Amino acid sequence: MKGMSLIVKTITNIVIGFIFIFGVYIILHGHLTPGGGFAGGVIIAGVFILKFLAFGSGAKSEKKSLNIASIFESIGGLLFIGIAISGLLLAGTFFLNFLPKGTPLHLLSAGIIPFCNIAISIKVGAGLFSIFLALAAMKYVMED
Amino acid sequence: MIELYLFLAFMIIAAIVATEIKDLLSAVISLGAVGFSVAIMFILIQAPDLAIVQIVIEVLTIVIFIAVISRTTHIDETIGKKLSSTHICAIVLYAFFTILFLIVMFRSLQEIPDFGNPIMKIASEYIKLGLPKTGGANIVADVILDFRALDTLGEATVLFTSVIGVVALMRKSGRKK
Repeated sequence: MKGMSLIVKTITNIVIGFIFIFGVYIILHGHLTPGGGFAGGVIIAGVFILKFLAFGSGAKSEKKSLNIASIFESIGGLLFIGIAISGLLLAGTFFLNFLPKGTPLHLLSAGIIPFCNIAISIKVGAGLFSIFLALAAMKYVMED
Repeated sequence: MIELYLFLAFMIIAAIVATEIKDLLSAVISLGAVGFSVAIMFILIQAPDLAIVQIVIEVLTIVIFIAVISRTTHIDETIGKKLSSTHICAIVLYAFFTILFLIVMFRSLQEIPDFGNPIMKIASEYIKLGLPKTGGANIVADVILDFRALDTLGEATVLFTSVIGVVALMRKSGRKK
C-alpha cells in the first residue's frame, strides 16, 4: 500500500493516540456507559487501519501484521471461552458470573462482564483488522 | 415519530440509488447514507449502544469498500445494458413476490403489540433484575454478557468464521492457475 501526503501523516500522528485511548475507554467502561467490547474493538481496529492507510506499508510488514492479527484473534476467542469454562469449573454453570459483584457504578464491578468486554474487544479488533488486510492489501499480502 | 418516517423514505431512496448508479464510489457513499440514517434512527429511539456500534461499523465498512474499489474498478459495467427476456421475467417475479410480502407483512404487523408492551414478559424481568443480579449499570452489557452470554459466544463464532472465510478466499496459494 502506498502512503498519503504529508498533511495526512501529520494529522494522523496527532489524532491516533487519542482515538486509541477513546477505544480503550469505551471497552473498559462497557458495563457502565453505552459502548462495550464490540464498539471499542472496532475503534481500535480503526486505529491500525488509519495507520496503514496514511503511512503505507510494504508486503513484508503486511504479511507480518496479518499473522499477528490472527494470533490476537485466537487469543481473544480463547479468553472468552476460558472465562465461560472457568465459570463451569469453579461454580458449576457455563458463563456463570462467579466473581464478586462490587459496588454498582464503580469501574471494578459487575463480576465477569468487564473481562468479557476485554476478550471480545481483542477478538473483534484483530478480526476486523485482518479482514481489512485481506481485502484491501490482498495484492501484496497474498502473493507468496 | 414523523422524523422516523422521513429517515425511512430517505433510506429507501439512497438504497435505490446505491443499486442503480453506474459509478461504484457513488454507490458506496449512498450505502453509507443508509447506514448513518440507521444510526440517527437509533439515537432518535434512544438506543445509544446500537448507535455507537452502527456508526463505527459503518465507517469501517466504507473505508474497506473504498480501499477495495481503489484497487479494482470504478465502473459497474452491468448497469445500462439491454435486458434479456430472462432478466425481465425475474424482475416481474421479484416485483410480484415483493408486493405479496408487503401485503402479508402489513396484515401481520397490525397484530403485534405496541412499542414498549411486548408479549414476552422476560424483558421486564431483565430490566428489573439487571442491576441487582449482575452489578452492571449498563443494562445492555448485562443482557448480552450475563443473561444471554451464549448468544454473544455464537456471535463471536460467526465473526471468526467470516474472517476465516475472507482470508481463505483471498489467498493465492492453492488456487488453480
